[in-house]
Amino acid sequence: MESYHRNRRLFWLLAGPGSFWLLFFFLVPLGIVWTLSFGEKAVIDGQISITETEITWTLANYLRALADPVYLKIIWKSVWISVFATLLCLLIAYPVAFLISFTSPRRQAWLLLAVILPFWINLLIRTYALIAVFRTKGYVNFTLEWIYNGLWLDHLFGAFQPLELLYNNFAVVAGLVYVFMPFMVLPLYASIERLDRSMLEASLDLGAGQFTTFLRVTVPLTMPGIISGVILVFIPSLGSFLTADLLGGTNATMIGNVIERQFKAANDWPFGAALSFLLMYVTFGALALRAVISRQSGMPA
Amino acid sequence: MRLMIRRFWKRSDPLDYANRLWMKLFIGTVFILLYAPVILMMIFSFNDSRRNIVWRGFTTKYYEKAWNNDGLIDAFVNSLTIAAFNTVLATLFGAMIGLLLWRFRFPFKSAYDGFMALPIVIPEICMGVAMLAFFSRIGWPSDLPWPLNLSSIMIAHIAFSFPFVAIVVRARMAGFNRELEEAARDLGASQWQTFRDVIFPYMRPGLIAGALLAFTLSLDDFVVTFFTSGPETVTFPVKVYSMVRFSVTPEVNAASTVLVLITLVAATFMLRFQRPQEAGGP
Repeated sequence: MESYHRNRRLFWLLAGPGSFWLLFFFLVPLGIVWTLSFGEKAVIDGQISITETEITWTLANYLRALADPVYLKIIWKSVWISVFATLLCLLIAYPVAFLISFTSPRRQAWLLLAVILPFWINLLIRTYALIAVFRTKGYVNFTLEWIYNGLWLDHLFGAFQPLELLYNNFAVVAGLVYVFMPFMVLPLYASIERLDRSMLEASLDLGAGQFTTFLRVTVPLTMPGIISGVILVFIPSLGSFLTADLLGGTNATMIGNVIERQFKAANDWPFGAALSFLLMYVTFGALALRAVISRQSGMPA
Repeated sequence: MRLMIRRFWKRSDPLDYANRLWMKLFIGTVFILLYAPVILMMIFSFNDSRRNIVWRGFTTKYYEKAWNNDGLIDAFVNSLTIAAFNTVLATLFGAMIGLLLWRFRFPFKSAYDGFMALPIVIPEICMGVAMLAFFSRIGWPSDLPWPLNLSSIMIAHIAFSFPFVAIVVRARMAGFNRELEEAARDLGASQWQTFRDVIFPYMRPGLIAGALLAFTLSLDDFVVTFFTSGPETVTFPVKVYSMVRFSVTPEVNAASTVLVLITLVAATFMLRFQRPQEAGGP
């Protein structure tokens, strides 16, 4: 690495286009939303305008988001759905990551590929594929009905009643787990992989059972990976829009859906802007937490 | 004899978790659940039934239907056009930033690093609404002829995809031996010649991987495009979204299958170019 002094022309040539693009087509738009969040609908000729907004540096939008019970409820619900999805992801991903790191290197490469591959499949298509699984006449209900009729239960209790699996919180949690699972497996794998095996052997030799060893040796030693994975799943879950929209319907709304509604149907941009900045502050808070923890444990998570 | 029995019954190795049956069953179930929905969707796109849950025989008629659906094909062409433009510009900008971060030390570099990572970390919906607010505030014309009417989507896609390319290129360049460059300079090559004949050939696999990543990111994006597209500028994911909202149809299955296959081909190439041993420098 060399100092930029040594070749200023090349430095500016390389830095120019990308920095310009990000400044004008990313930071400026974010700035516009930020100022919008302190605005209110303009009053023109004594009437509240539908399209025009005025920046009055009011905090009313933030207050409304954090004080109005309707929105407070949605925010809490989004947090809970994301927490629940994250924990479920952790419970499923940990054994998967564990097995991958304890298998032969050749198999490791293939299994990791199998974990990463869904990343490339369109999020919308993966979510859409879940609809076909969960809907009233979907694969789950079809299988259940087949088992039900196979056991002659339809003669005993009447015809099979399909389960309502879509358009509720369950569907949203399942969708989030399904979509964000790779984000959890990878950091877990990275930290289990570098776990010192002799620690586990020592623990087992000294008389601790497998379960105790897992709880008191493996989990604490892989904590950086756990925290990293939890944050990597929690952030996109909290900000997700598509999953709740397609699988949750109107019954399971999350913050992302409220933001979308403010910018489209409800046409209340200042309020939507305030909500998206609240979401962004939470995201930055979580990322800062992750940076602090990974620095403390001396592991680049 | 007793020893043999003991050996037979003794668990082979307490750390040999990968060979425990229940672990294998668990991971097998997880992978099946991870892949089943998409694979079922792909299989049932060939199913000769509207209800599309019971197998009624093989057909490609839904592919024909999707092919004859003008709205769907237009959206597909739009998506590919945007992805192509995005690939060229995002790869160019991303490669330049990647080289910059690899080569130079400068004040506030870690802050600049964080700035470059912003589009990757902020929630997609925030970026989407920011783009919507931006283009409406500056009054970006929406009635331009094709393909210029796609420009707002392209601008947004380039903004979120080139930082990914920068990461890939920078990671590739981290393995470059700077002595090669010094040797070239010592032997009288100009800076441009050094770049063209020494640095660029080494960078190429990273560049190709980055380009494929930019291509798939653009082709796959729904949320940001959803907020920047208008009625005339529908992309494939946005079109599928509007169709999905009504119902699950075999036509959507067919179209989605095509998109999945395109991205998987791109992903396969990308993994091939990212693998260091196959990447081989000059």
